[in-house]
Amino acid sequence: MLIFILKRVLVALPTLLIVSLLVFSLQKLLPGDPVLALAGEERDPATLEFLREQYHLNDPFAVQYLRWLGGVMTGDFGTSLRTGQPVLELIAQKLPVTIQLAIMSMLFALLIGIPAGILAAVRKGGPIDWIANIVALSGLSIPNFWLGIMLILLVSVRLGWLPASGYESPFVDPVRSIQTMLMPAFVLGTALAATLMRHTRSAMLGVLGTDYIRTAKAKGLSRREVVMKHGFRNALLPIITLTALLFGELLAGAVLTEQIFTIPGFGKLTVDAVFNRDYAVVQGVVLCTAIGFLLMNLLADVLYVLLNPRMRTAL
Amino acid sequence: MKSLLSAAALTAILAAISAPARASELRIGLQDDADVLDPDQSRTFVGRIVYTGLCDKLVDLDKDVNIVPQLGTDWSTTEDGLQLVMNLREGVIFHDGTPFDAEAVVYNINRSMTLPESRRKSELSSVESVEATGPMQVTFTLKAPDASLLAQLSDRAGMMISPTAAEAAGADFGQKPVCSGPFKFVERIQQDRIVLEKFADYYDADKVSIDRVVYLPVPDTTVRLANLRSGEFDMIERVAASDVASVKGDAKLSTQEAVGLGYMAIYANINNGDRAKNPIGEDARVRQAFSLAIDRDALNQVVFEGTAKAGNQPWAPTSPWFNKEIPVPARDVEAARALLAEAGLDRVPVELQHANNPVVTQMMQVIQAMVAEAGFDVSLKATEFATLLSEQTAGNFQLSRSDWSGRPDPDGNIHQFVTCEGGINDAKYCNPEVDALLNEARATSDPATRKQKYDAATAILDRDLPIIYLGHQTYVFAMDKGIEGFEAYPDGMIRLKGVTDAD
Repeated sequence: MLIFILKRVLVALPTLLIVSLLVFSLQKLLPGDPVLALAGEERDPATLEFLREQYHLNDPFAVQYLRWLGGVMTGDFGTSLRTGQPVLELIAQKLPVTIQLAIMSMLFALLIGIPAGILAAVRKGGPIDWIANIVALSGLSIPNFWLGIMLILLVSVRLGWLPASGYESPFVDPVRSIQTMLMPAFVLGTALAATLMRHTRSAMLGVLGTDYIRTAKAKGLSRREVVMKHGFRNALLPIITLTALLFGELLAGAVLTEQIFTIPGFGKLTVDAVFNRDYAVVQGVVLCTAIGFLLMNLLADVLYVLLNPRMRTAL
Repeated sequence: MKSLLSAAALTAILAAISAPARASELRIGLQDDADVLDPDQSRTFVGRIVYTGLCDKLVDLDKDVNIVPQLGTDWSTTEDGLQLVMNLREGVIFHDGTPFDAEAVVYNINRSMTLPESRRKSELSSVESVEATGPMQVTFTLKAPDASLLAQLSDRAGMMISPTAAEAAGADFGQKPVCSGPFKFVERIQQDRIVLEKFADYYDADKVSIDRVVYLPVPDTTVRLANLRSGEFDMIERVAASDVASVKGDAKLSTQEAVGLGYMAIYANINNGDRAKNPIGEDARVRQAFSLAIDRDALNQVVFEGTAKAGNQPWAPTSPWFNKEIPVPARDVEAARALLAEAGLDRVPVELQHANNPVVTQMMQVIQAMVAEAGFDVSLKATEFATLLSEQTAGNFQLSRSDWSGRPDPDGNIHQFVTCEGGINDAKYCNPEVDALLNEARATSDPATRKQKYDAATAILDRDLPIIYLGHQTYVFAMDKGIEGFEAYPDGMIRLKGVTDAD
C-alpha cells in the first residue's frame, strides 16, 4: 500500500511542475500590465518603472520563473503585490474558510443526494423516482449565482433570517459562523446533491438487480434490510470514490459561490488576484489547488483499494 | 432522541439568527477591499475611506471643497509663493502614545518623498524641503510656487502616521497602521473586514460617539444593499444608480448624496502611436461632431436614473471652477453632421474600448446609438479593467472610456492628463499654449487669477477635445434611519465625527 502511495506521489511531482509552468506562462499571456493594476490612479511613468524593478518584472521570463520556483522550494511563495502580505499567510488564512464551506456543502449534498438516490432506485419508475429526477435535474441546471441572489433576497432581505454575506470563524462565534455559511453551503451543495443522487440511483439499481439480492429477498428479510444492508452497502463503493472526487469540484464551485456571498475564502482570493493581476497570489493559489486535486485523487484511489477486497490483489 | 437533538439545534440556530444589536458598532459596506494600509503606499479610493477614520491629515476639506484646519491650525504662504508656514494643533498624540509635533510632520513628509515604495512623490514634487521652525510649526520650502500643495495635504500626502511605528515597521507599516485619527486599528482580514475602535485620547473625542467601526468589502451592489436592508450593515457607500429610487422609497433607510470631484470621459488617441491615425484622432472637428451627437442629459436619465450630473469639463457644473462660458452642450445632430461634412466625411468607423461592467457597457451602447445618427459607426470593445488601462497607456485604442475619481484642487483633474509631459496623458495631446496656462495656474495661489487661466485652458480644450467629458458621478450613501449626523462630501469619504447611531 505504502509503495502504491509513494509511486503515485512521485508521478504527481512532474504534474505539479508542469502546472506551475503553465500558470506562469498564462499570466504572462494575460493582457493587462500588472504594474498598471498595482499603480491605480498614480500611474506616472516613474512609479511604473519603480514597481517593475521592485517586482523583477523586467527580468527574462525564465529568470522570473526560476526565482519563483526557488522560493517555493524553500517555502517562500512571495508576497501579495497588492497588500504586501506573504502569500502563504494569505493561503493559510483563506483555505480553512473554503474547507469549512466545502464540508458543509458536502453534508448538504450527502443528506439530500443519497437518500433521494436510494428512494428513486427502490421506487424505480414510480412518482418518487420521477420527482427525484426532476429535482436532480433542476439542481444541476439552476445556476449558482441566480439561486444565491434569490436566496439572499428571500431569506435575508424579505425574511431577515440569515446574514446576506460575510464570514465569521467557528472559533470566534460558532453560531454566527454556521449562519453565514448556511446559504452558500446550500447553494453549492444542491448541484452536488443532484450528481450524487443520480450516481446513487444507478449504483443501487445495478446492485438491486443482482442474484444475492434476490436470495436475500427469498430468505424473507425485511425490505429495509435488503435495501440498506445488502444493497446500499455494496453500492457505497463507487459513491465514496465519487465523493472524494467531487470534493475537488467543490473547491472549483466555491469560486463563484464565495463571490456571491462575499466569503473571504480561497475562491474569492483567486478571482480577486486574477483581476488585480496579483501574480504571486495567483501562482501560489493555483499550485495549492493542484496539490489539493492530486491529493483528493490519491485519496479516492486509496479508498477504492481499501474498500474493495478484489482490488488488493492488484497491488 | 436524535430528532430531539436536531430540533434543539435548529431552535438554537433560529434563536441566534436574529442577532442582537452590538453597542454602538457601525458596520459599513464598501465597494472594494482596501489595498495596503500605509498612506504613503496606498492607491485605492476605498483605502482613503478607511483612512478617514484612522488617520488625521494636516488639513481637511469642507462640504464646499474649501481647505479647513485639521492637524494644522493655520497657515500662510510667503509673497513669492516659495514658502508655506503651518502652525500645528497642540495636545495631539498618535495611537501608540507618540506625541504629534513639528518633528513628526517633518518625518512624515520626508517619508512620503523618499520611501522607495511611496506613491506620494509626484503629489509632493514641488516640495524642496520641510523643516521644523518651532516645536509646533513647520515650514515647507518649494521649488516653485504650487497652489495645489494644500489640497495634496488634505489627502494621503498630508496624513500623519506615528514616526515611532513607521520607523520600526518600515515598508511593512501597512500591516498594523498607527495614526492619530479618531479611531485606531484593531484588525484586518483581507477581503473580509477592517476593524477600528474609538481612540480614547483623540483630541476631539467628545465628537466621536461610535465605539467600533467595521468596514466590510462587498463588491456586488445587490448584495451590499441586501445587507443594509437586512440590518446586517448600518451604512453602505456607492449605491448603484438603479437602486437609488427603491432605497429612497424605503421607510427604514435614509440617503445622503454629493456630486463627486471626478468625471466620466472618453479619451481620444490624438498622438499615441499608429492607432491615432484615423479621422477621430487627426481632426478636432470629427471629435466635436462626436461630442455634439451625445445627449448628456438623456445619458444621465437612462443610465444613472438622474443621479449623475451631465458635464463637459474636468469639473462639474456645480464647481466654482466650472467655465460658465462653455455650458454643457445640448445634443445637435445636424451640427454634428455639418462638421463631418466639413471634414469631408460621410460615415466614420471608430472603435471605442470600455470596461466590461454592466453600467459602463449600457452607457456605451446608448452613446453608440446616439452618435450613429450623426454618422459614426462605433464598434464597442469591452475589456476587463486591467487590460483597458494597459491598452490605453500603450496607445492601443482610438477612443477609450475611463473615469477619474477627482482631486480637490482643479489642477489634479487636468494637468497630468493634457500637458505635453503629463504622467497620465494617454491621448498624448500636446499644446504649448495649454501647458503654459496650466503651469501658470499652478504657480499662483490667487483664486481669481487661477480661474482665469483655467477658463482659458478649458476653452482651448473644448475646441481640441482630446478628452470628451460626459458627466460627473454622484456618491450616494444609504444608511438605516437610526444613523444621524452623517453628511456626504464631494470627495466621497465617510467622516464619522459627529455621527451617532440610535440603535
